[in-house]
Amino acid sequence: MTMDPIDRQLLQDFQRDLPLVARPYAAMAERLGIGETEVIDRLDRLTNSGAVSRVGAVLRPHTVGASTLAAMAVPTDRLDSVAALVSAYPEVNHNYQRDHRLNLWFVVATTSAEAVHGVLDDIHQRTGLTVLNLPLEQDFHIDLGFELSWT
Amino acid sequence: MTELDQIDRALIRATQAGLPLDEQPYHRVAATIGITAEEVMERLTRLLESGAIRRMGVVPNHYALGYRFNGMTVWDVADEDMAEAGRQVAELDFVSHCYHRPRFPPDWPYSLFAMVHGRDRDTADSHVAEIARVLGARSRSHLVLFSTRILKKTGLRLAP
Repeated sequence: MTMDPIDRQLLQDFQRDLPLVARPYAAMAERLGIGETEVIDRLDRLTNSGAVSRVGAVLRPHTVGASTLAAMAVPTDRLDSVAALVSAYPEVNHNYQRDHRLNLWFVVATTSAEAVHGVLDDIHQRTGLTVLNLPLEQDFHIDLGFELSWT
Repeated sequence: MTELDQIDRALIRATQAGLPLDEQPYHRVAATIGITAEEVMERLTRLLESGAIRRMGVVPNHYALGYRFNGMTVWDVADEDMAEAGRQVAELDFVSHCYHRPRFPPDWPYSLFAMVHGRDRDTADSHVAEIARVLGARSRSHLVLFSTRILKKTGLRLAP
């Protein structure tokens, strides 16, 4: 993926404070010294290439509904099928394989704590495996975006 | 906890996958939920002020940008040290998330989680070493779990 300095500026300088005005991309364009259409085209290209996940809001956890981090120790020969089973839940929005005995880590987010437990119980029932429930007790992070380095 | 009304929820549902890349994105969102663009902007401003929305902007995909070494670092920190330790780790600029979660000893004594990202393993390792230095003796043991495969990632969403 090739990115020029303007792409990089779009990614670095606009992770927060998206203008809340009728034409936000025009406001961004003005700061970048390019046209509104070019901002839209660049964001479209960066989104399609995968460099940008989306242009929009980052929600605080537990603002809407409830969520948890869950972990499972899945036997290696079952990892693909259990991972697919977990990923298939619409309530699961992250699912990672990690290099530990607890090798499957996923986030369940839904409308209520009861519904979160329902999903975890369902996964436990269907796989016969223990699901470790690690809900957030305290969030220390102040999210100002992430400093990207280009070297 | 912020109280969200039905329109706030509809607004979050309508925008959680991203704003339209259109000259007037708030007008487009307004049309889909049946309110005015002015109300969309006012509500988003209020949700930002209350903290329900942390930020609005371009959300980069770190993995696609070359941050292939994503380590979930987990630390066994005594409960009485947690508040201060968590605050200090969260202040490190390379930490993208920092959470206190329950521990399940003896197998899982780790209660402080901090995510670090690097374009190479050495950078990620140096971030881990820096957290270890900040925590000092308050960390009784730790692990780094690198992700070996991303199986699903959609960002935090209001569930169906």
